[in-house]
Amino acid sequence: MEVTSIQDGIIIDHVPAGTALKVLDYLRIDPATTRLALIMNTTSQRYGSKDIIKIEDVSDIDLDVLGLVAREATVDIVRGGAIVRKVSPHLPEHVVNVITCKNPRCVTTTERGIDQMFHLTHSERQEYRCDYCDEEAKL
Amino acid sequence: MVGRSVITLDDLSVRQIRELIRKAAYIDEHRKQVAHTCDGRVLATLFYEPSTRTRLSFETAMLRLGGQVIGFAGTQQSSVAKGESIADTLKTVSNYVDIAAIRHPKEGAALVAARAASVPVVNAGDGGHMHPTQTLADLATLQSRFGRVTDLTIGLCGDLTFGRTVHSLIETLCRFGDVRFVLISPEELRTPQYVLDRIDATPSCSYVEVRDLASVIGDLDALYMTRVQKERFFNEDDYLRLRDTYILDSRKLRHARPDMAVLHPLPRVNEIAVEVDGDPRAAYFEQVNNGMLMRMALMSSLIGDDLPGYVPLDSKEVRA
Repeated sequence: MEVTSIQDGIIIDHVPAGTALKVLDYLRIDPATTRLALIMNTTSQRYGSKDIIKIEDVSDIDLDVLGLVAREATVDIVRGGAIVRKVSPHLPEHVVNVITCKNPRCVTTTERGIDQMFHLTHSERQEYRCDYCDEEAKL
Repeated sequence: MVGRSVITLDDLSVRQIRELIRKAAYIDEHRKQVAHTCDGRVLATLFYEPSTRTRLSFETAMLRLGGQVIGFAGTQQSSVAKGESIADTLKTVSNYVDIAAIRHPKEGAALVAARAASVPVVNAGDGGHMHPTQTLADLATLQSRFGRVTDLTIGLCGDLTFGRTVHSLIETLCRFGDVRFVLISPEELRTPQYVLDRIDATPSCSYVEVRDLASVIGDLDALYMTRVQKERFFNEDDYLRLRDTYILDSRKLRHARPDMAVLHPLPRVNEIAVEVDGDPRAAYFEQVNNGMLMRMALMSSLIGDDLPGYVPLDSKEVRA
């Protein structure tokens, strides 16, 4: 599949197949108002299939958030039509106001004005738990 | 430890916990000498849900140290009924007191309180999450019965899914190490994976999961019974079905070792028959006493009031 290359922006490659829209949602990038190309369920030598996101006119994204939802992804920074830098996201130790605690007994469901905070508890399983109630995050 | 809050026992080092256990034993033997340790201090007991036992224990602990107590039990007559946040309540109460103990039905409420308060906050139970002073009482009871909290085979029986006291005890004992856990529960109330992971991550500790109490009771140094708590269930049918799964009575106790200790965080409903109370192996009312002593040790330490005549662990080791 051919999609026109971008001039200045970011290419997020190796996004787990079928999750590109979720990744955009977590990155708080609105596909309705952003110039971007989505390639979903395309062939990947490494993973069998993958999604690719190409975003024009965006200079950086939150790598912590990307690491959280698409750890395997790679990020190409494009300037003047050429890839000038490649970066890989890592699993953040602590995330603030990205995930919402789903535990109905958690204090975050009732207390006003507190941040939703999660910490990494198991990097292999990519397991995060709420700072307050220790409930496992559901991404 | 002075000025710190205790939300989980992870807030304390193993050494600090050992020190608290020693202090509790000292307090028990020197009640008159320590009766003015916290003269002029005030404790706030902020109990957003009923818990007579824990509240009275905290309050008695402060009164026995010479301090005084303010607070509320239930939210009906407090500002909470007007919609005040936990953080605002703590910011206010911090101006009145030297230390606060909070019980709240929401998990994580004590952390919110500690972050807002300018005085030490002790978690007196935040929903099904943590109850560190109960674990301190459990440890003190094991220490007083066996002279140690390691090299023990400890059975935990009943609700191992929602039983916060069980999770906290397992995780803390793993920090001390060298404990064999026997986890006795119905399939529906098994120990959560993250607690099992904690045991797996401790090379000197091990566990087995079983369904039948009678078949393993003879192997145990201590048996920790728990109540299947109605308030932890969304569905009453599930509660009623599982409530009576494990009941400890004299017949089962016949197969236990003569020096086994039976612990229970209380209150019990019917999981330990009343006939067991007279058995010397019943240690659950000792736990209540140990709970008060540990709260005395903890609160005086967090406020920074030294117990008269007490020689800290460090200085004793240095001298030796």
